[in-house]
Amino acid sequence: MLDIVHIAKTFNPGTITEKIALVDVSLHLDDGDFVTVIGGNGAGKSTLMNSIAGTFPVDRGSISIDGEDITSWPEHRRAKYIGRVFQDPMMGTAAGMMIEENLAIASRRGKMPTLRWSAPESNRTKFRELLAPLKLGLEDRLESKVGLLSGGQRQALTLLMATMANPKLLLLDEHTAALDPKTAEKVLDITTKIVGERHLTTLMITHNMRDALRCGNRLIMMYDGKILIDVKGEEKKNLTVPDLLAMFEKAAGSELTSDSLLLS
Amino acid sequence: MDLIIPTLSQGLLWSILALGVYLTFRVLDIADLTVEGSFPLGAAAASACLVKGSDPFTAILVAAVAGMLAGIITGLLTTKLKIPALLAGILTMIALYSVNLHVMGKANLSLLQIDTVFTKFSFISDDRQLVTLIVGAAATLFLCLLCYWFFGTEIGAAIRATGFNPNMIRANGVNTDVTIVLGLLISNAFVAICGALVAQSNGFADVGMGVGTIVIGLASVIIGEVLFGTKCFWRCLVSVVLGSVVYRIVIALVLELGMPPNDLKLFTAILVAIALGLPLLQAKYKAKQWKEAAK
Repeated sequence: MLDIVHIAKTFNPGTITEKIALVDVSLHLDDGDFVTVIGGNGAGKSTLMNSIAGTFPVDRGSISIDGEDITSWPEHRRAKYIGRVFQDPMMGTAAGMMIEENLAIASRRGKMPTLRWSAPESNRTKFRELLAPLKLGLEDRLESKVGLLSGGQRQALTLLMATMANPKLLLLDEHTAALDPKTAEKVLDITTKIVGERHLTTLMITHNMRDALRCGNRLIMMYDGKILIDVKGEEKKNLTVPDLLAMFEKAAGSELTSDSLLLS
Repeated sequence: MDLIIPTLSQGLLWSILALGVYLTFRVLDIADLTVEGSFPLGAAAASACLVKGSDPFTAILVAAVAGMLAGIITGLLTTKLKIPALLAGILTMIALYSVNLHVMGKANLSLLQIDTVFTKFSFISDDRQLVTLIVGAAATLFLCLLCYWFFGTEIGAAIRATGFNPNMIRANGVNTDVTIVLGLLISNAFVAICGALVAQSNGFADVGMGVGTIVIGLASVIIGEVLFGTKCFWRCLVSVVLGSVVYRIVIALVLELGMPPNDLKLFTAILVAIALGLPLLQAKYKAKQWKEAAK
């Protein structure tokens, strides 16, 4: 499904602000894999995510989806295959446009826009059916501007938008981090439900170890621009937070306080 | 009182410029100074065509295409060469000054005794001003409807989304370089059409007629938004047109009250500065009141 082969990324090379973000990362995802990604600040989680999404080009290596090499594709072209939810709830939606207009744009992801009417009323039944399971009351507010919604509502809407055009890969970049704990819980529940029902191949960054252990069938931990730990299946199911910390200390070869890992 | 019809007709004619400015300033969220060059470019292109004996409608169409090219150049400068939009607009505007002189062959082109779009419709009434009003209203209505339709389509929605949140629309598979160029193209086509109409209404095109047009456009957009609201896209378009009319009424009034015409641009600039700064000043005032109330 997703094949990342020896990619590397350094920001501002040769300057005083040089930052080696990814050293040498290879990762293979099978169809339907739900991978959680953890790691401390500057471990390279977001850089990995943005490299896949095409926010910037990588320095070395290749990225392919279903055998198709997308390494040189610009961001908007990769969007045909990749759905994304950002950490900032403002990033994933157009605040000044109505809920139905946002959904209409998302429903056409990866298709060339035409001169057809963007948000015809015939879409509404379909949109209401999609929004109703979120239980946020959005199905009755199709004509509200997205800017009027709360952060949690916007994140749930973005999640729906990212998945409605059946992406091959779903990227979630700490998409619950900016929400209050209760809302975060709800958005995460919606996430696992959508991903589970549709068997979406998903890569989810989280700052919360418990969430990382609870969700998905595979867990990777990043440290210093490398993938340090990669557990899947039964082994992951039985993993606990102390196990994870012990594994990390062993792999990193140093005595590390758990908060450098937990805090991001 | 015989000022009413000329003021209204000027307001409607210039509202096409205001619509163009609205499309960049509000829809795309770019302050595009190309306007100062594409306005006289439209005037120059249309006038040059008319002098050579072409049909007024063809002349306006040529002006629109010229405006589109100007918009494309600014768009390419800002998307492909990553020049900040404000600077890209200034570069195109300066370049167009020379281009406009080439198009006209001299600094000023008279359209007296030449068939214009207004003489074409002179059968409506003997009153020239009334004809200008009707033609201006018809052109404005047509362009508003065109705008409303286009920005409701999939391509139009992508352009609007680019202005609100380029990250979002890129994540949804749209190339924002294309939407930005497209937005600038449409905006400058409107501005050039306005230039073509104003030149025909005034009876001449002049290389200096673009000076201050961006400020006139901004003044109309802001006045319209404050007075008539921004509830939906259609409402915004109507507000901008009415804003342009109100601006002309204000100008007519202050001139009537004895302000020297030379001070007009100073007056307009101050008006726009106040209108742009007003939200911040209001917020500060409210915060101060709130603090005092808390004491």
